[in-house]
Amino acid sequence: MNELRQLARELLVDEKVDVVIGWEDGRRGARPAFVTAADDAERLIFDTRCVHNLATYLSPRRSHLAELGKVGLVVKGCDAKAVAGLLREAQLPRDRVVLIGVRCGGVLEVPDLPQPAELTSETVAPRCFRCDVREPHLADHLVGEERPDPPRPPMTIDERVAAVDALPVEQRWEFWVGQFSKCVRCYACRQVCPLCVCDRCIADKSLPQWVESASHPRGNLAWNLVRALHLAGRCVNCGECERFCPVGIPLSLVNRKLQQVVKQRFGYVVSDDPEAATPVGDYRLDDAQEFIR
Amino acid sequence: MKSADDSFEPRITAFVCNWCTYTGADLAGTSRLHMASNVRIIRLPCTGRIDPMFIVKAFERGADGVIVSGCHPADCHYTSGNYHARRRFALFRELAAFLGIDPERMTFSWVSASEGAKWRDVVDDTVARVRALGPFVAYQQLIDLPALTGESYASVAGLLPGGDG
Repeated sequence: MNELRQLARELLVDEKVDVVIGWEDGRRGARPAFVTAADDAERLIFDTRCVHNLATYLSPRRSHLAELGKVGLVVKGCDAKAVAGLLREAQLPRDRVVLIGVRCGGVLEVPDLPQPAELTSETVAPRCFRCDVREPHLADHLVGEERPDPPRPPMTIDERVAAVDALPVEQRWEFWVGQFSKCVRCYACRQVCPLCVCDRCIADKSLPQWVESASHPRGNLAWNLVRALHLAGRCVNCGECERFCPVGIPLSLVNRKLQQVVKQRFGYVVSDDPEAATPVGDYRLDDAQEFIR
Repeated sequence: MKSADDSFEPRITAFVCNWCTYTGADLAGTSRLHMASNVRIIRLPCTGRIDPMFIVKAFERGADGVIVSGCHPADCHYTSGNYHARRRFALFRELAAFLGIDPERMTFSWVSASEGAKWRDVVDDTVARVRALGPFVAYQQLIDLPALTGESYASVAGLLPGGDG
């Protein structure tokens, strides 16, 4: 932690950045912190409660934050993937941000704790299991000690997806309509997502209105379907949409399903390499087409 | 979802590309081929122009089944529209199936301008398949559906995010 604070202080003192965005202690666990004065670097923390994907503050939708100047962003591996996504899609100039990578050993599923907590298989966020970017390669600076592998949750996301897949189609329908009918269309999932970058979301368009705006099950299905589809091959599995969802829709299952499909069909895994092509903007002449007659 | 009612006539919406399938469907007509009359064709410049939301909208507006058809690989008038569409619909089809929309209600095909007979087969097969599945009332009635209670998904409660239901 001292390493992180020291680095943030140096970056601010040397005027390499104008603001460091990281995490600090709050009343309900960790919370995002914007540090503009070198002395305030002492506020910064990193522990298992630091779940927030701060890359969302770099989204071009938040143009007012660009006024803060050059950003030093503290990133976990999954956050670095989101930054790579923004770079890949030309939504962010690389020189606008200095990435301070932290070595991560997983975060909490429910992070609202006054004190840092060790991870157990009961408390770990399931997405952290078998994480492939515990050390953010994209980062300009890397701090923190090596941490042990995150424990295995009682049921991994892949196992939950498989459980839904195993249901007959009518029961899948019932399950998801039940889930989506809880949706109140607050669009928190969209607002928090670092990769929902459109100036005007398709859900906000009214001529023609592709997504019915009332929160009845039919409009909710269309919204949740298009949200997932627009993140296919882009979602970095940071889990913020599900964490922010006020009614507890298991969005990570939908996201993971598409990750599986993208990997299986197109051999593509979302990485923190900003040079990689995106699977939906790309194609191969020999893509599988067994479903086309 | 199943209907034993023989009088059910499926409503099928077909999104087809202007250059291949539309011309192929035209050929089927001028060749006087007999085929089911349940299909409403919507002509678009290219399969690359067909957003998956078109399919969602078709189901919302009462379609029981959907056909998406365009040029064979390497035949696209715009070089690569059908390749992009192939990826897009591969994703959409699997996502829709995961969410419980029966993929049997959706037909994806390549029909060239000279394949009038193939178009007839695509239409007849799709109509027969959707007729067997019955009307897609599950989708159409979503708008009238009262919010489902917790009981309807209690059997899979372990799949929900931590602490919530």
